[in-house]
Amino acid sequence: MADVAVIDSGGANLASLLHALRRLGAHAEVTSDFARMQSASHVLLPGVGAAFDAMARLRSAGLAERIPTLRQPLLGICLGMQLLFETSAEAADSQQATRCLGVLPGHVSRLSADADHPVPHMGWNRLTLLQTDPLFAGLGADDYLYFVHSYVAPASDAVLAVADYGRPIPAVVRGGNFRGVQFHPERSAKAGARLLANFLAL
Amino acid sequence: MRDGQVVKGVRFRDHRVVGDILELAARYRDEGADELVFYDITASPEGRSVDRAWIERVASVLDIPFCVAGGIRSEADAEAVLNAGAEKISINTPALADPPLIERLARRFGSQCVVVGIDSQTLPDGRFAVYQFTGDPDRSRDSGRDTLAWVDEVQARGAGEIVLNCMASDGVRRGYDLPQLKAVRARCSVPLVASGGAGAPEHFLKLFEQKAADAALAASVFHSGQIAIPDLKRYLREHHVEVRL
Repeated sequence: MADVAVIDSGGANLASLLHALRRLGAHAEVTSDFARMQSASHVLLPGVGAAFDAMARLRSAGLAERIPTLRQPLLGICLGMQLLFETSAEAADSQQATRCLGVLPGHVSRLSADADHPVPHMGWNRLTLLQTDPLFAGLGADDYLYFVHSYVAPASDAVLAVADYGRPIPAVVRGGNFRGVQFHPERSAKAGARLLANFLAL
Repeated sequence: MRDGQVVKGVRFRDHRVVGDILELAARYRDEGADELVFYDITASPEGRSVDRAWIERVASVLDIPFCVAGGIRSEADAEAVLNAGAEKISINTPALADPPLIERLARRFGSQCVVVGIDSQTLPDGRFAVYQFTGDPDRSRDSGRDTLAWVDEVQARGAGEIVLNCMASDGVRRGYDLPQLKAVRARCSVPLVASGGAGAPEHFLKLFEQKAADAALAASVFHSGQIAIPDLKRYLREHHVEVRL
């Protein structure tokens, strides 16, 4: 059975993720204790709220330098995926950038709205796979995942899949044992559960 | 929602019980609803907060996003609802009474989970007016705010989504109020959800074909079984509206 450490990055709303993990039969525990993360089989980095708040909490818990040293499969979800990059435009001061975990290269920028694409981007989208990954096992071309975000990861070789929102949105990223998904698998019905199960099987 | 039961009103009056929450939530989940909204209709008028026990039970069975509306007047109220597992909170009357609440919630929890609900009516002169206390027919009244100006203001304050409930259409199933929705959507850079008036699959199709909103909300036609969600989504896809099946 997967033993999942869910990193406490502050913010609310871990309930839906914990319910999803339990429905998959995993043991899940919310923690800010690094030793607990090291002993887990899988680590999840969720995130609801703003990048600067989440990074401030991870720094004050002494986790910002240590999370990048984890060796087991880690999955960042939504903001948690964005925190894997070097910097984010989501900063307390609009002139500055928030320094993030830096396990993936590049800068997270703000999505710009147009007439047909309001921001936040909220809703269900399909994925276009650019690279293969065990996360995608059993997912089909007509599977939809639930997105809700206002910031977007950079295009790079780390992008495994994109969603179309008037422009390609990096939806799944990977660097070694660190993966991230822009959508919320815990709120993406059966397709999301499948992806989470694939992660827990890594 | 009223006292743990799902109720549905017709033009905001005469609410009647339609069923148990969990059963209905699971039914809509299985039928392919993309998101559920739970309105605690008695919360605002009576000055009490939503009872949160049901939110946790709903969160445990739902694997799609859901939003809770009613009685959220503070960051603490919002935090309790979000911690119980809701994806979003929707505020209506409290936002009218305390507009900076929108900013405080957006700053604390992120714009993406702060929905502002607006109950709006077309006035005889063609302007749109925001109504408040709409959960209680005896207290429901014109707030004195112009709907379009309020739409601008809530976005400037950090709302991440707007649900526009067109009151004259609500529960009467004659179609969404497309002129009003289009006027509001022209002012929106955040997603706009249309509410009030859905009575037939064609109403949903017109809404999307005319790009009058980003999403459609309906209650009566689903609760009554008049429209089955899987049939509606197949119909929309056949007419080239992209939907999740």
